[in-house]
Amino acid sequence: MTALLQVRDLARFYGARRGCEGVSFDLWPGEVMGIVGESGSGKSTLLSCLAGQMAPDRGEVIFDTRGDGPRDTLKMSEPERRMLMRTDWAFVHQHARDGLRMGVSAGGNVGERLMAVGARRYGDIRNRAIDWLGRVEIAADRVDDRPGAFSGGMQQRLQIARNLVTGPRLVFMDEPTGGLDVSVQARLLDLLRGLVREMGLSAIIVTHDLAVVRLLADRLMVMKDGRVVEAGLTDQVLDDPQHGYTQLLVSSVLQV
Amino acid sequence: MSDYNFAYLDEQTKRMIRRAILKALAIPGYQVPFASREMPMPYGWGTGGVQVSAACLTPGDTFKVIDQGADDTTNAVSIRKFFEKTAGVATTEETARASIIQTRHRIPEEPLTEDQILVYQVPIPEPLRFLEPSEVETRKMHSLEEYGLMHVKLYEDISQHGAIATAYAYPVKVEGRYVMDPSPIPKFDNPKLRMAAIQLFGAGREQRIYALPPYCEVVSLDFEDHPFEATRADHDCDLCGASDSYLDEVIMDDAGGRMFVCSDTDYCRSRRAAGHVGAQGAPYEEGRP
Repeated sequence: MTALLQVRDLARFYGARRGCEGVSFDLWPGEVMGIVGESGSGKSTLLSCLAGQMAPDRGEVIFDTRGDGPRDTLKMSEPERRMLMRTDWAFVHQHARDGLRMGVSAGGNVGERLMAVGARRYGDIRNRAIDWLGRVEIAADRVDDRPGAFSGGMQQRLQIARNLVTGPRLVFMDEPTGGLDVSVQARLLDLLRGLVREMGLSAIIVTHDLAVVRLLADRLMVMKDGRVVEAGLTDQVLDDPQHGYTQLLVSSVLQV
Repeated sequence: MSDYNFAYLDEQTKRMIRRAILKALAIPGYQVPFASREMPMPYGWGTGGVQVSAACLTPGDTFKVIDQGADDTTNAVSIRKFFEKTAGVATTEETARASIIQTRHRIPEEPLTEDQILVYQVPIPEPLRFLEPSEVETRKMHSLEEYGLMHVKLYEDISQHGAIATAYAYPVKVEGRYVMDPSPIPKFDNPKLRMAAIQLFGAGREQRIYALPPYCEVVSLDFEDHPFEATRADHDCDLCGASDSYLDEVIMDDAGGRMFVCSDTDYCRSRRAAGHVGAQGAPYEEGRP
């Protein structure tokens, strides 16, 4: 078996300041990797570099493509990389507004990726949009409503449907539950967990919420000041933290 | 003639515009940037079309201007007079006699020939503009041929109205490559875009020129289960009886009276001169409107 994503010595600097440096890991098919750390620790920079939204200064991001096997996405031409972004990759933003077209109906939002890869039958596009709205628990009669008429939790679920409709193999998530209240968070996590299992997705989830990674992630990387300070199985890292910073992070969680 | 250089613009400017036109013809549907000049008329009144016409005109040309198909509206009359004064060229209202036709929002009903040039005035050349506000992004989408978004617009039309409700400025794909805004012509005119004449599009404020060479392949975007349809009012012209032309609806009084007339005034006049009379029309007399 080849790893779905192999990251080698990835580094990104902002001038003299370090965004992230020396990051290497493998992500296997069906695996969910969590990246935690306080704000400013470089986790969003890392995610942007992995997802092709920002060019790293050094390193390799090798993705196991459907057609040609493992290839360094940083050396791909831009059309190839953008094609990857709308077929095999998905990106779930923290703010649904960044990931949705607010002026386009829910159905159009879900259908966009289908049309971008060549779907040209209106009936099919609409049926698949309605099917996906159902899978993320949005009623079929909301298909023609704009995202502005949705609650925050629904917008986030719509964003997930819009991203997963083309059957991607790798999903990048940036704080997917940020800004939602806890009961909505719980249902969203439940939904994500179901989808990840059912579709055999691999995912990289950036968050500062340890409860989220405990529920979703198989493996965990802890970042501080742009470097990975600890990595391992989620339960192992959270139950028996080795690095001083991880210990601080775990002990800082409020107990209710 | 007058103190103006021929056709108002100086020779260097006309050369610059001709270079843009040649490039546009070489890459059908691609928007070529050009250094649009200030013209003695406000943006939105055809400054792009006027500059393209000025670059194409020669002293031997016969010039025709139409606005929404009509030769006698303010915009058409002003631009015709402008070139009468600054270029001294012959002008006409007859489509067949013109060698260059500048148009706003219509293609003449009478098929054009290989000896003619059709110049369009374009307000917004970017078909993706209302969906993607960033010029950087739309240029990238054109260069990478990422046109899925254009179909999102048509999808929205069908989901809201049950059919593709876009009735003008209907997006087309040129030679299987660039998606192009055909300027705000009614979609009735879209099938005519594949024609014998050269078609040049000038957008003055947006500083873009694009073009369709003769017999270039132009396909209107659609869905397999909602195919493109060229629509017109379900009527005959009330003046000339034509059943194949694009019609204007004219309100006659406050009591709901209306008539449908050809928007192409020259086409209507020539049909009436040939003896056709519509439901509310009077027999044609020379010199009477």
